[in-house]
Amino acid sequence: MSNYETREHDVLVVGAGGAGLRAAIEAASKGLRVALVCKSLLGKAHTVMAEGGIAAAMATVDSRDGWQTHFRDTMIGGKYLNNWRMAQLHAQEAPECVTELERWGAVFDRTHDGKILQRAFGGHTYKRLCHVGDRTGLELIRTLQDKGVHSGIDVYMECTISKLLKDEDRIAGAFGYFREDGRYILFRAKAVVLATGGVGKAFLVTSNSWEYTADGHALAYDAGADLIDMEFVQFHPTGMVAPTGVRGILVTEAVRGEGGILRNSLGERFMWKYLPEALKNDYAADEAEAKLWVEDTLSGKLRTDHRRPPELSTRDNVARAIYQEVKAGRGSPSGGVFLDISYQPADRVKKKLPSMYHQFKDLADVDITKVPMEVGPTMHYIMGGIRVDADTAESRVPGLFAAGECSGGMHGANRLGGNSLSDLIVFGRRAGRGAATYASNLGTLPRISDAEVNDAIDELEAPLKRSEGPNPYHVQKKMYEITGECFSIFREEGDLTKGLRLMEELKEEIKRVRGPGGKAYNPGWHLCRDLRNLAIAAEAIGRSALSRRESRGAHSRLDYTETDEKLGHENTSIFRGPDGSMHLEKTPLPEMPAELKEILKKKEVAHA
Amino acid sequence: MLEARMKVWRGDKNGGAFKEYKVPVETGMVVLDAMHYIQREIEPDLAVRWNCKAAKCGSCSAEVNGRPSLMCKTRMEGFAQQGQEIMVEPIQAFPIIKDLVTDVSWNYEVNKRIQPFTPKPDADWIIYQEDIERVQEFRKCIECFLCQDVCHVIRDSNRKDAFIGPRFMVRVASLEMHPLDTGDRLKFLKERGGAGYCNITKCCTEVCPEDIHITDNAIIPLKERIVDEYYDPIARFFKHVFVKK
Ligand SMILES: Cc1cc2nc3c(=O)[nH]c(=O)nc-3n(C[C@H](O)[C@H](O)[C@H](O)COP(=O)(O)OP(=O)(O)OC[C@H]3O[C@@H](n4cnc5c(N)ncnc54)[C@H](O)[C@@H]3O)c2cc1C
Ligand code: SF4
Ligand code: SF4
Ligand code: FES
Repeated sequence: MSNYETREHDVLVVGAGGAGLRAAIEAASKGLRVALVCKSLLGKAHTVMAEGGIAAAMATVDSRDGWQTHFRDTMIGGKYLNNWRMAQLHAQEAPECVTELERWGAVFDRTHDGKILQRAFGGHTYKRLCHVGDRTGLELIRTLQDKGVHSGIDVYMECTISKLLKDEDRIAGAFGYFREDGRYILFRAKAVVLATGGVGKAFLVTSNSWEYTADGHALAYDAGADLIDMEFVQFHPTGMVAPTGVRGILVTEAVRGEGGILRNSLGERFMWKYLPEALKNDYAADEAEAKLWVEDTLSGKLRTDHRRPPELSTRDNVARAIYQEVKAGRGSPSGGVFLDISYQPADRVKKKLPSMYHQFKDLADVDITKVPMEVGPTMHYIMGGIRVDADTAESRVPGLFAAGECSGGMHGANRLGGNSLSDLIVFGRRAGRGAATYASNLGTLPRISDAEVNDAIDELEAPLKRSEGPNPYHVQKKMYEITGECFSIFREEGDLTKGLRLMEELKEEIKRVRGPGGKAYNPGWHLCRDLRNLAIAAEAIGRSALSRRESRGAHSRLDYTETDEKLGHENTSIFRGPDGSMHLEKTPLPEMPAELKEILKKKEVAHA
Repeated sequence: MLEARMKVWRGDKNGGAFKEYKVPVETGMVVLDAMHYIQREIEPDLAVRWNCKAAKCGSCSAEVNGRPSLMCKTRMEGFAQQGQEIMVEPIQAFPIIKDLVTDVSWNYEVNKRIQPFTPKPDADWIIYQEDIERVQEFRKCIECFLCQDVCHVIRDSNRKDAFIGPRFMVRVASLEMHPLDTGDRLKFLKERGGAGYCNITKCCTEVCPEDIHITDNAIIPLKERIVDEYYDPIARFFKHVFVKK
């Protein structure tokens, strides 16, 4: 049997994006021994890619803003399926968490009077996104990284956790391998925080990186936690569509926040057609009003009385609009639509959207200060994830906590832009605190059986030992075909059932994949394990989508196009049954207190 | 379809060699895509680091035809159309782990030695945009370590023991020039950071994918501050009396 080293900590944090770093810093501040594990190098996690900003009702730009409005926007965006308590805590605590980042060295763009500048984003009533040009995620991660390295945290880089280990019901640690040489490591810990991000690599056209292989979702599922809202997959309306090599790479919503205009091949500004009737009044009535809004934004006016342009509708809505325009034959040459910011002064575009300018120039030979971009929907984010308690971030497995994109509940049926980065720091902090409290109350380290560890090793080594078997990259490609065809932006019973049937076959194939080569830095071998996790996520998405017979937020059914009031009171929950197969259950949404219901009813919210 | 002839360095710390591959070239394809093609269709165990594929994370540093580059930003067509061979090898300044992956952990150790952000205790946190433009330039750094790779002090003389390298000169500058920071890292730079080893060749600035003016905006001003502080008592007097940071 292979050797492995053993490390002991009070709290083990899996994932070093915004959520994981924030959790580790918090747990370490309570004087505990904290380990932080990540698949990549420190500072490279997905969070680094976030562009547009971080949502927090700081009211530095528009004094009308406050947590109640942010709460309301989040619930409306999530089609009321959000865990109300998470949405409330998020709205209330985001401003202090942003301030904390500033105290730790983050350097946000400023208003004329020296405060943190905020920009407009889809679904947010007021200008609410604190940002640094279009590289906000880099600022967030670097700030937390620099804070983290001086917090006495033990960091294990390029180390992949493959299994959570339990002592009877409670968490006891985790097992993993180092990418560098394939050596194994056993972490014994009193509490584990999962902060592993999303599931994007289950889809071909995605803005997500290789790391997004649903590890946290699968680790928690295997350990007995439940996953909620997995049918809600966010397709960002604007990804690059050409050239093929860059298909899916994100074009930040900040382009629209700064006044970017969407048009189809007829030159029509189509978004007006797609605004939901009930929300029409929140948007500019015509081109003239939209233009005034943009002029106010350009002149740096803090507050504008004009309503925002229709391009700033929520993501689910804009993505569907683009999809339908293309389908109706009004698409751009490469199968997208046009997004135009070139009517603004070139200098301003370069200053406000520098990485977009470079991205198009370097990768597509397009100068966005001169011509429109071509954009189309790309898989971007998963609202669904590990069900956690709002206050402590603990899952239903004692000692297992989760925060960030791998957790569920906060965003309901659709996430608003900017609400992820704030989610990371609000609930990263809470998870760190929750795990620290739990670990402090637990006397000794839970026990781990040798048999479980040996199983973990066998599972990892099987693909290396096979002399034949399918190429994991080819199997991944098959999964792309299934998800792209059956679990994508528009869904239908026939497709979903077919997709799930194909997934059954694929799961068998995944059991036979072979990773040729040795254990040293071998991406093919790593993918063998990742595929298993992706398959769990894909199946969960398919099953959940099939069970929700309505259209709501990011989940659009061609056979059930309306939103069904009755279904707005239940979450879909996925868990592993005693027989090892995937089970699904509907669970009622927690009851919202009367004072929060009041906030949702009001059109204008007065802030103290 | 256009086909590229590629030579990719394969091996580990015990040695290795270039291996040839033929890779079909699509429009817009970058060198990183070619590495993925090789993994997918030819050799799944080719080791490469990458994350964002959008020049934002600084993971995919390598030397392409001798030039330190981000593979996700280096287009294939140019080379391929001219029938040129494309050579891809790991960055040279750091020890090899496998194929294109190197051990850059030294950089993380250096970072720990730099005094962290130390704000004024009683600051009102009113900060004007014009006072942070420069700091924001430095904070664009994606830690690709390409500047460390070309700096002759690190690459040719291997004086990692003596000089922190351009990346961390940039990091120190971002802290020293923050309008609310009260830390003092000049002694560190002079004595243990090895600022004196840099002789302003500007090679680092040339390769920076974020277009940070490493030498002009970070290193030279820091060197001047060191001179003011340690070699010029009059300037030091004026600095302490009149000039805020
Ligand atoms: C291009 C892009 C732009 C975006 N822009 C915005 C924006 O402007 N505003 C906003 O609010 N949101 C934005 N988002 C969404 C947001 O960036 C992400 O949802 C968020 O960063 C996720 O953070 P996280 O901490 O949950 O996970 P991540 O930052 O992805 O970190 C996951 C960590 O887990 C580690 N990990 C994963 N699996 C394992 C394992 N098995 N073992 C060990 N470690 C593991 C990884 O190595 C990594 O360190 C954007 C997303 C993308 C893709
Ligand atoms: S300018 Fe200085 S730091 Fe930059 S490469 Fe030359 S010697 Fe190195
Ligand atoms: S300063 Fe530039 S070259 Fe150096 S690590 Fe940062 S981004 Fe890379
Ligand atoms: S993959 Fe992120 S910089 Fe190249």
